[in-house]
Amino acid sequence: MKAILELFWVFFKLGLFTFGGGYAMLPHIKEVVIEKKKWLTEDEVLDIIAIAESTPGPIAINMATYIGNKKKGFWGSVFATLGVVLPSLIIIFAISLFFDAFLKNQYVKYAFVGIKCGVAFLILKTGIEMLVKTKKKFLNIFLLSLTLIAMLLCELFAVNISSILFILFGGVLALIIFSICNKKVKQKTDNNQNESLEEKEEEKIDIQKVNSDKEENIKKENLSKNLPKNTKKITKKNKPQNNNKKQKEEVEK
Amino acid sequence: MIYLILFAEFFKIGLFTFGGGYAMIPLVKEVVLKYGWLNEFQFLDFLGVCESTPGPIAINMATYIGSTQGGVLGSILATIGVVLPSFIIILLVATILKKFINNKYFQAFLSGIKPVVVGLILSAGIMLVLKVIGFNSLQNFDFSLVSLITFCVLATIYCLIKYVLKKKFNTILFILTSAVAGIVFSVIFV
Repeated sequence: MKAILELFWVFFKLGLFTFGGGYAMLPHIKEVVIEKKKWLTEDEVLDIIAIAESTPGPIAINMATYIGNKKKGFWGSVFATLGVVLPSLIIIFAISLFFDAFLKNQYVKYAFVGIKCGVAFLILKTGIEMLVKTKKKFLNIFLLSLTLIAMLLCELFAVNISSILFILFGGVLALIIFSICNKKVKQKTDNNQNESLEEKEEEKIDIQKVNSDKEENIKKENLSKNLPKNTKKITKKNKPQNNNKKQKEEVEK
Repeated sequence: MIYLILFAEFFKIGLFTFGGGYAMIPLVKEVVLKYGWLNEFQFLDFLGVCESTPGPIAINMATYIGSTQGGVLGSILATIGVVLPSFIIILLVATILKKFINNKYFQAFLSGIKPVVVGLILSAGIMLVLKVIGFNSLQNFDFSLVSLITFCVLATIYCLIKYVLKKKFNTILFILTSAVAGIVFSVIFV
Protein backbone atom coordinates (compact mmCIF):
# COMPACT_ATOMS: atom_id res chain seq x y z
CA MET A 1 0.00 0.00 0.00
CA LYS A 2 2.80 2.37 0.95
CA ALA A 3 4.66 1.55 -2.26
CA ILE A 4 1.54 2.20 -4.34
CA LEU A 5 1.01 5.56 -2.66
CA GLU A 6 4.66 6.38 -3.33
CA LEU A 7 4.18 5.56 -7.03
CA PHE A 8 1.13 7.79 -7.09
CA TRP A 9 2.95 10.66 -5.39
CA VAL A 10 6.08 10.46 -7.57
CA PHE A 11 4.05 10.45 -10.78
CA PHE A 12 1.77 13.18 -9.47
CA LYS A 13 4.84 15.38 -9.07
CA LEU A 14 6.07 14.36 -12.53
CA GLY A 15 2.71 15.31 -14.03
CA LEU A 16 2.69 18.59 -12.14
CA PHE A 17 6.05 19.79 -13.42
CA THR A 18 6.11 18.44 -16.95
CA PHE A 19 5.70 21.37 -19.28
CA GLY A 20 5.37 20.95 -23.00
CA GLY A 21 4.68 17.29 -23.68
CA GLY A 22 6.44 13.95 -23.61
CA TYR A 23 10.14 14.63 -24.11
CA ALA A 24 10.09 17.40 -21.54
CA MET A 25 9.32 14.70 -19.00
CA LEU A 26 12.51 12.75 -19.67
CA PRO A 27 15.01 14.82 -17.66
CA HIS A 28 12.78 14.66 -14.60
CA ILE A 29 11.97 10.97 -15.08
CA LYS A 30 15.66 10.20 -15.34
CA GLU A 31 16.42 12.18 -12.21
CA VAL A 32 13.72 10.55 -10.11
CA VAL A 33 13.40 7.03 -11.51
CA ILE A 34 17.06 6.26 -12.19
CA GLU A 35 19.05 8.29 -9.70
CA LYS A 36 16.79 8.85 -6.73
CA LYS A 37 14.46 5.84 -6.57
CA LYS A 38 16.60 3.40 -8.59
CA TRP A 39 13.46 1.80 -10.04
CA LEU A 40 14.99 1.39 -13.50
CA THR A 41 18.42 1.47 -15.15
CA GLU A 42 19.37 3.85 -17.95
CA ASP A 43 19.06 1.03 -20.51
CA GLU A 44 15.57 0.11 -19.32
CA VAL A 45 14.45 3.72 -19.66
CA LEU A 46 15.68 3.77 -23.27
CA ASP A 47 13.79 0.52 -23.93
CA ILE A 48 10.61 2.01 -22.51
CA ILE A 49 11.00 5.17 -24.56
CA ALA A 50 11.33 3.03 -27.67
CA ILE A 51 8.23 1.04 -26.74
CA ALA A 52 6.33 4.18 -25.75
CA GLU A 53 7.21 5.79 -29.07
CA SER A 54 6.04 2.83 -31.09
CA THR A 55 2.75 2.28 -29.24
CA PRO A 56 -0.14 4.72 -29.32
CA GLY A 57 -0.69 7.33 -26.64
CA PRO A 58 1.26 10.02 -24.82
CA ILE A 59 4.74 8.97 -23.66
CA ALA A 60 4.04 10.11 -20.11
CA ILE A 61 1.09 7.71 -19.79
CA ASN A 62 3.04 4.82 -21.31
CA MET A 63 5.92 5.45 -18.94
CA ALA A 64 3.70 5.66 -15.86
CA THR A 65 1.75 2.53 -16.77
CA TYR A 66 4.91 0.53 -17.45
CA ILE A 67 6.77 1.52 -14.29
CA GLY A 68 3.66 1.14 -12.14
CA ASN A 69 3.06 -2.33 -13.53
CA LYS A 70 6.69 -3.31 -13.04
CA LYS A 71 6.83 -2.17 -9.42
CA LYS A 72 3.40 -3.15 -8.12
CA GLY A 73 1.42 -4.97 -10.80
CA PHE A 74 -1.99 -3.87 -12.01
CA TRP A 75 -2.87 -1.50 -9.17
CA GLY A 76 0.57 0.06 -9.35
CA SER A 77 -0.03 0.91 -12.98
CA VAL A 78 -3.50 2.29 -12.22
CA PHE A 79 -2.23 4.61 -9.50
CA ALA A 80 0.90 5.73 -11.36
CA THR A 81 -1.23 6.61 -14.42
CA LEU A 82 -3.79 8.35 -12.23
CA GLY A 83 -0.98 10.30 -10.60
CA VAL A 84 0.47 11.55 -13.86
CA VAL A 85 -2.97 12.51 -15.25
CA LEU A 86 -4.48 14.21 -12.21
CA PRO A 87 -2.40 17.43 -12.10
CA SER A 88 -3.14 18.35 -15.72
CA LEU A 89 -6.77 17.39 -15.26
CA ILE A 90 -7.13 19.75 -12.30
CA ILE A 91 -5.04 22.59 -13.73
CA ILE A 92 -6.58 22.56 -17.20
CA PHE A 93 -10.05 22.31 -15.72
CA ALA A 94 -9.35 25.41 -13.65
CA ILE A 95 -7.88 27.19 -16.67
CA SER A 96 -10.86 26.28 -18.84
CA LEU A 97 -13.06 28.26 -16.45
CA PHE A 98 -11.14 31.51 -16.99
CA PHE A 99 -9.09 30.81 -20.10
CA ASP A 100 -9.17 34.27 -21.67
CA ALA A 101 -8.38 36.19 -18.50
CA PHE A 102 -5.50 33.81 -17.85
CA LEU A 103 -3.86 34.40 -21.25
CA LYS A 104 -4.30 38.17 -21.07
CA ASN A 105 -2.27 38.49 -17.90
CA GLN A 106 1.05 40.04 -18.93
CA TYR A 107 3.09 38.29 -16.24
CA VAL A 108 1.69 34.88 -17.06
CA LYS A 109 2.85 35.45 -20.64
CA TYR A 110 6.30 36.51 -19.49
CA ALA A 111 6.63 33.52 -17.21
CA PHE A 112 5.79 31.22 -20.14
CA VAL A 113 8.55 32.80 -22.24
CA GLY A 114 11.00 31.75 -19.55
CA ILE A 115 9.45 28.31 -19.05
CA LYS A 116 9.70 27.56 -22.78
CA CYS A 117 13.42 28.40 -22.69
CA GLY A 118 13.96 26.22 -19.64
CA VAL A 119 12.10 23.28 -21.19
CA ALA A 120 14.06 23.57 -24.45
CA PHE A 121 17.32 23.60 -22.51
CA LEU A 122 16.34 20.56 -20.43
CA ILE A 123 15.45 18.47 -23.49
CA LEU A 124 18.65 19.43 -25.28
CA LYS A 125 20.63 18.60 -22.15
CA THR A 126 18.98 15.18 -21.90
CA GLY A 127 19.75 14.48 -25.54
CA ILE A 128 23.41 15.39 -25.10
CA GLU A 129 23.72 13.27 -21.95
CA MET A 130 22.26 10.30 -23.78
CA LEU A 131 24.59 10.93 -26.72
CA VAL A 132 27.61 10.83 -24.42
CA LYS A 133 26.44 7.55 -22.86
CA THR A 134 25.76 5.82 -26.20
CA LYS A 135 28.33 3.12 -26.98
CA LYS A 136 30.59 4.33 -29.80
CA LYS A 137 29.95 1.50 -32.28
CA PHE A 138 29.68 2.10 -36.01
CA LEU A 139 26.03 1.02 -36.23
CA ASN A 140 25.04 3.21 -33.27
CA ILE A 141 26.76 6.29 -34.64
CA PHE A 142 25.37 5.67 -38.12
CA LEU A 143 21.77 5.27 -36.92
CA LEU A 144 22.02 8.18 -34.49
CA SER A 145 23.39 10.68 -36.98
CA LEU A 146 21.05 9.48 -39.72
CA THR A 147 18.03 10.02 -37.47
CA LEU A 148 19.29 13.38 -36.26
CA ILE A 149 19.98 14.75 -39.75
CA ALA A 150 16.78 13.34 -41.23
CA MET A 151 14.62 14.76 -38.43
CA LEU A 152 16.23 18.20 -38.64
CA LEU A 153 15.79 18.29 -42.43
CA CYS A 154 12.16 17.22 -42.07
CA GLU A 155 11.59 19.99 -39.57
CA LEU A 156 13.29 22.63 -41.73
CA PHE A 157 11.25 21.80 -44.78
CA ALA A 158 8.06 21.18 -42.78
CA VAL A 159 7.78 17.56 -43.93
CA ASN A 160 6.06 15.14 -41.59
CA ILE A 161 7.72 11.75 -41.23
CA SER A 162 6.53 9.62 -38.35
CA SER A 163 9.25 8.84 -35.81
CA ILE A 164 7.90 5.27 -35.74
CA LEU A 165 9.42 4.76 -39.18
CA PHE A 166 12.89 5.66 -37.91
CA ILE A 167 12.48 3.41 -34.89
CA LEU A 168 11.37 0.46 -37.00
CA PHE A 169 14.19 1.08 -39.50
CA GLY A 170 16.83 1.05 -36.74
CA GLY A 171 15.45 -2.08 -35.13
CA VAL A 172 15.11 -4.02 -38.38
CA LEU A 173 18.58 -3.01 -39.59
CA ALA A 174 20.19 -4.15 -36.33
CA LEU A 175 18.21 -7.40 -36.47
CA ILE A 176 19.36 -8.16 -40.03
CA ILE A 177 23.02 -7.44 -39.25
CA PHE A 178 22.78 -9.55 -36.11
CA SER A 179 21.27 -12.56 -37.88
CA ILE A 180 23.81 -12.41 -40.74
CA CYS A 181 26.78 -12.23 -38.34
CA ASN A 182 25.30 -15.04 -36.28
CA LYS A 183 25.02 -17.26 -39.35
CA LYS A 184 28.61 -16.70 -40.43
CA VAL A 185 29.98 -17.66 -37.03
CA LYS A 186 27.88 -20.83 -37.01
CA GLN A 187 29.03 -21.82 -40.51
CA LYS A 188 32.72 -21.45 -39.60
CA THR A 189 32.45 -23.70 -36.58
CA ASP A 190 30.52 -26.24 -38.64
CA ASN A 191 33.22 -26.34 -41.31
CA ASN A 192 35.99 -26.89 -38.77
CA GLN A 193 34.20 -29.82 -37.22
CA ASN A 194 33.33 -31.37 -40.55
CA GLU A 195 37.02 -31.66 -41.50
CA SER A 196 37.70 -34.01 -38.62
CA LEU A 197 34.89 -36.39 -39.57
CA GLU A 198 35.00 -39.72 -41.37
CA GLU A 199 34.65 -39.54 -45.12
CA LYS A 200 31.18 -41.02 -45.59
CA GLU A 201 29.47 -38.93 -42.97
CA GLU A 202 31.37 -35.94 -44.17
CA GLU A 203 30.07 -36.36 -47.70
CA LYS A 204 26.47 -36.75 -46.57
CA ILE A 205 26.57 -33.74 -44.32
CA ASP A 206 28.42 -31.68 -46.86
CA ILE A 207 25.83 -32.38 -49.51
CA GLN A 208 23.09 -31.47 -47.09
CA LYS A 209 24.95 -28.39 -46.05
CA VAL A 210 25.68 -27.25 -49.56
CA ASN A 211 22.04 -27.66 -50.44
CA SER A 212 20.86 -25.81 -47.38
CA ASP A 213 23.50 -23.14 -47.92
CA LYS A 214 22.29 -22.58 -51.45
CA GLU A 215 18.75 -22.28 -50.22
CA GLU A 216 19.85 -19.90 -47.51
CA ASN A 217 21.72 -17.70 -49.93
CA ILE A 218 18.77 -17.55 -52.27
CA LYS A 219 16.53 -16.71 -49.36
CA LYS A 220 18.95 -14.08 -48.16
CA GLU A 221 19.04 -12.43 -51.55
CA ASN A 222 15.28 -12.43 -51.81
CA LEU A 223 14.91 -11.16 -48.28
CA SER A 224 17.37 -8.35 -48.63
CA LYS A 225 15.30 -6.99 -51.51
CA ASN A 226 12.15 -6.57 -49.48
CA LEU A 227 13.34 -6.08 -45.96
CA PRO A 228 10.65 -5.03 -43.53
CA LYS A 229 8.05 -7.67 -44.19
CA ASN A 230 10.40 -10.60 -44.18
CA THR A 231 12.62 -9.94 -41.21
CA LYS A 232 10.35 -11.98 -39.02
CA LYS A 233 10.72 -14.85 -41.43
CA ILE A 234 14.51 -14.63 -41.17
CA THR A 235 14.38 -15.15 -37.46
CA LYS A 236 11.91 -17.97 -37.78
CA LYS A 237 13.93 -19.76 -40.43
CA ASN A 238 17.11 -19.40 -38.45
CA LYS A 239 15.87 -21.25 -35.44
CA PRO A 240 15.11 -24.64 -37.02
CA GLN A 241 18.38 -24.55 -38.95
CA ASN A 242 20.30 -23.83 -35.82
CA ASN A 243 18.57 -26.71 -34.13
CA ASN A 244 19.49 -29.04 -37.00
CA LYS A 245 23.11 -28.01 -36.76
CA LYS A 246 23.14 -28.60 -33.04
CA GLN A 247 21.66 -32.06 -33.56
CA LYS A 248 24.31 -32.81 -36.18
CA GLU A 249 27.03 -31.73 -33.80
CA GLU A 250 25.66 -33.99 -31.10
CA VAL A 251 25.51 -36.94 -33.50
CA GLU A 252 29.07 -36.27 -34.55
CA LYS A 253 30.28 -36.34 -30.98
CA MET B 1 -25.20 11.99 -25.18
CA ILE B 2 -22.34 14.48 -25.34
CA TYR B 3 -20.54 12.38 -22.72
CA LEU B 4 -20.54 9.27 -24.88
CA ILE B 5 -19.36 11.22 -27.93
CA LEU B 6 -16.55 12.85 -25.92
CA PHE B 7 -15.42 9.51 -24.55
CA ALA B 8 -15.57 7.70 -27.90
CA GLU B 9 -13.84 10.44 -29.90
CA PHE B 10 -10.99 10.79 -27.42
CA PHE B 11 -10.65 7.02 -27.11
CA LYS B 12 -10.12 6.92 -30.88
CA ILE B 13 -7.58 9.76 -30.67
CA GLY B 14 -5.69 7.93 -27.93
CA LEU B 15 -5.70 4.73 -29.93
CA PHE B 16 -4.28 6.19 -33.13
CA THR B 17 -1.69 8.60 -31.77
CA PHE B 18 1.74 7.11 -32.19
CA GLY B 19 4.80 8.93 -30.94
CA GLY B 20 3.58 11.33 -28.31
CA GLY B 21 1.57 14.50 -28.02
CA TYR B 22 2.54 16.43 -31.13
CA ALA B 23 1.35 13.62 -33.40
CA MET B 24 -2.19 13.95 -32.04
CA ILE B 25 -2.70 17.62 -32.89
CA PRO B 26 -4.07 17.05 -36.42
CA LEU B 27 -6.43 14.35 -35.13
CA VAL B 28 -7.83 16.57 -32.37
CA LYS B 29 -8.23 19.47 -34.76
CA GLU B 30 -10.25 17.34 -37.16
CA VAL B 31 -12.62 16.14 -34.43
CA VAL B 32 -13.00 19.55 -32.81
CA LEU B 33 -13.87 21.24 -36.10
CA LYS B 34 -16.22 18.41 -37.08
CA TYR B 35 -18.40 18.89 -33.99
CA GLY B 36 -17.93 22.66 -33.90
CA TRP B 37 -16.53 22.54 -30.35
CA LEU B 38 -13.89 25.17 -31.16
CA ASN B 39 -13.06 27.25 -34.22
CA GLU B 40 -9.59 27.21 -35.76
CA PHE B 41 -8.32 30.30 -33.91
CA GLN B 42 -9.56 29.12 -30.54
CA PHE B 43 -7.84 25.84 -31.23
CA LEU B 44 -4.48 27.49 -31.94
CA ASP B 45 -4.80 29.67 -28.83
CA PHE B 46 -5.45 26.66 -26.72
CA LEU B 47 -2.53 24.79 -28.24
CA GLY B 48 -0.26 27.50 -26.83
CA VAL B 49 -1.74 27.00 -23.38
CA CYS B 50 -1.33 23.21 -23.63
CA GLU B 51 2.34 23.59 -24.42
CA SER B 52 2.99 25.89 -21.52
CA THR B 53 0.98 24.20 -18.80
CA PRO B 54 2.14 21.04 -17.09
CA GLY B 55 1.16 17.61 -18.31
CA PRO B 56 1.05 15.75 -21.60
CA ILE B 57 -0.55 17.76 -24.42
CA ALA B 58 -3.04 14.96 -25.10
CA ILE B 59 -4.42 15.07 -21.56
CA ASN B 60 -4.62 18.85 -21.55
CA MET B 61 -6.52 18.86 -24.83
CA ALA B 62 -8.98 16.21 -23.68
CA THR B 63 -9.59 17.90 -20.33
CA TYR B 64 -10.14 21.34 -21.83
CA ILE B 65 -12.51 20.25 -24.58
CA GLY B 66 -14.34 17.90 -22.21
CA SER B 67 -14.73 20.68 -19.67
CA THR B 68 -16.03 23.27 -22.14
CA GLN B 69 -18.47 20.79 -23.69
CA GLY B 70 -19.65 18.75 -20.71
CA GLY B 71 -18.43 20.28 -17.45
CA VAL B 72 -16.61 18.23 -14.82
CA LEU B 73 -17.98 14.89 -15.97
CA GLY B 74 -17.17 15.72 -19.58
CA SER B 75 -13.55 16.54 -18.79
CA ILE B 76 -13.13 13.36 -16.73
CA LEU B 77 -14.67 11.14 -19.40
CA ALA B 78 -12.67 12.68 -22.26
CA THR B 79 -9.45 12.27 -20.25
CA ILE B 80 -10.21 8.65 -19.39
CA GLY B 81 -10.98 8.08 -23.06
CA VAL B 82 -7.61 9.38 -24.22
CA VAL B 83 -5.66 7.51 -21.51
CA LEU B 84 -7.35 4.13 -21.69
CA PRO B 85 -5.93 2.83 -25.02
CA SER B 86 -2.29 3.40 -24.07
CA PHE B 87 -2.92 2.07 -20.58
CA ILE B 88 -4.30 -1.22 -21.89
CA ILE B 89 -1.68 -1.58 -24.63
CA ILE B 90 1.26 -0.96 -22.31
CA LEU B 91 -0.09 -3.47 -19.78
CA LEU B 92 -0.22 -6.06 -22.57
CA VAL B 93 3.23 -5.13 -23.87
CA ALA B 94 4.68 -5.25 -20.35
CA THR B 95 3.48 -8.81 -19.80
CA ILE B 96 4.73 -9.92 -23.21
CA LEU B 97 7.96 -7.98 -22.80
CA LYS B 98 8.95 -10.03 -19.76
CA LYS B 99 9.06 -13.16 -21.92
CA PHE B 100 10.73 -11.47 -24.87
CA ILE B 101 13.36 -9.44 -23.10
CA ASN B 102 15.96 -12.23 -22.98
CA ASN B 103 15.48 -13.35 -26.59
CA LYS B 104 18.69 -12.44 -28.45
CA TYR B 105 16.90 -11.41 -31.63
CA PHE B 106 14.67 -9.08 -29.64
CA GLN B 107 17.80 -7.72 -27.94
CA ALA B 108 19.34 -7.08 -31.35
CA PHE B 109 16.17 -5.28 -32.41
CA LEU B 110 16.25 -3.08 -29.30
CA SER B 111 19.97 -2.34 -29.75
CA GLY B 112 19.13 -0.78 -33.11
CA ILE B 113 16.25 1.22 -31.67
CA LYS B 114 18.25 2.85 -28.89
CA PRO B 115 20.52 5.07 -31.01
CA VAL B 116 17.49 6.11 -33.06
CA VAL B 117 15.66 7.22 -29.91
CA VAL B 118 18.70 9.21 -28.79
CA GLY B 119 18.79 10.85 -32.22
CA LEU B 120 15.08 11.67 -31.98
CA ILE B 121 15.46 13.30 -28.57
CA LEU B 122 18.52 15.24 -29.65
CA SER B 123 16.78 16.55 -32.76
CA ALA B 124 13.70 17.46 -30.70
CA GLY B 125 15.96 19.40 -28.31
CA ILE B 126 17.76 21.28 -31.09
CA MET B 127 14.52 22.15 -32.88
CA LEU B 128 12.90 23.36 -29.65
CA VAL B 129 15.83 25.65 -28.88
CA LEU B 130 15.67 27.08 -32.41
CA LYS B 131 11.89 27.55 -32.14
CA VAL B 132 12.14 29.26 -28.76
CA ILE B 133 14.65 31.74 -30.15
CA GLY B 134 12.25 32.44 -33.00
CA PHE B 135 13.17 30.16 -35.89
CA ASN B 136 9.94 28.55 -37.14
CA SER B 137 10.90 27.43 -40.63
CA LEU B 138 13.16 28.55 -43.48
CA GLN B 139 10.73 31.30 -44.47
CA ASN B 140 9.48 32.28 -41.04
CA PHE B 141 12.10 33.77 -38.72
CA ASP B 142 10.94 35.88 -35.80
CA PHE B 143 13.93 36.55 -33.55
CA SER B 144 13.29 36.95 -29.83
CA LEU B 145 16.08 38.62 -27.86
CA VAL B 146 14.42 37.97 -24.50
CA SER B 147 14.29 34.24 -25.16
CA LEU B 148 17.91 34.14 -26.28
CA ILE B 149 19.10 35.94 -23.14
CA THR B 150 16.90 33.82 -20.87
CA PHE B 151 18.18 30.67 -22.53
CA CYS B 152 21.84 31.65 -22.13
CA VAL B 153 21.34 32.65 -18.50
CA LEU B 154 19.57 29.35 -17.73
CA ALA B 155 22.34 27.36 -19.42
CA THR B 156 24.92 29.26 -17.35
CA ILE B 157 22.99 28.59 -14.15
CA TYR B 158 22.87 24.90 -15.00
CA CYS B 159 26.61 24.72 -15.67
CA LEU B 160 27.31 26.59 -12.41
CA ILE B 161 25.21 24.14 -10.39
CA LYS B 162 26.59 21.08 -12.11
CA TYR B 163 30.30 21.82 -12.56
CA VAL B 164 31.22 24.59 -10.10
CA LEU B 165 29.00 23.98 -7.08
CA LYS B 166 28.66 20.25 -7.91
CA LYS B 167 25.25 20.06 -6.27
CA LYS B 168 22.35 17.81 -7.20
CA PHE B 169 20.26 19.24 -10.00
CA ASN B 170 16.55 19.71 -9.35
CA THR B 171 14.35 19.95 -12.45
CA ILE B 172 11.33 21.41 -10.69
CA LEU B 173 13.37 24.23 -9.14
CA PHE B 174 14.92 24.82 -12.55
CA ILE B 175 11.50 25.26 -14.20
CA LEU B 176 10.43 27.68 -11.46
CA THR B 177 13.70 29.60 -11.93
CA SER B 178 13.10 29.79 -15.66
CA ALA B 179 9.60 31.23 -15.06
CA VAL B 180 11.09 33.93 -12.82
CA ALA B 181 13.88 34.61 -15.33
CA GLY B 182 11.27 34.94 -18.10
CA ILE B 183 9.35 37.57 -16.11
CA VAL B 184 12.50 39.50 -15.09
CA PHE B 185 14.06 39.68 -18.57
CA SER B 186 10.73 40.44 -20.25
CA VAL B 187 10.18 43.38 -17.89
CA ILE B 188 13.73 44.66 -18.45
CA PHE B 189 13.95 44.29 -22.22
CA VAL B 190 10.41 44.88 -23.51
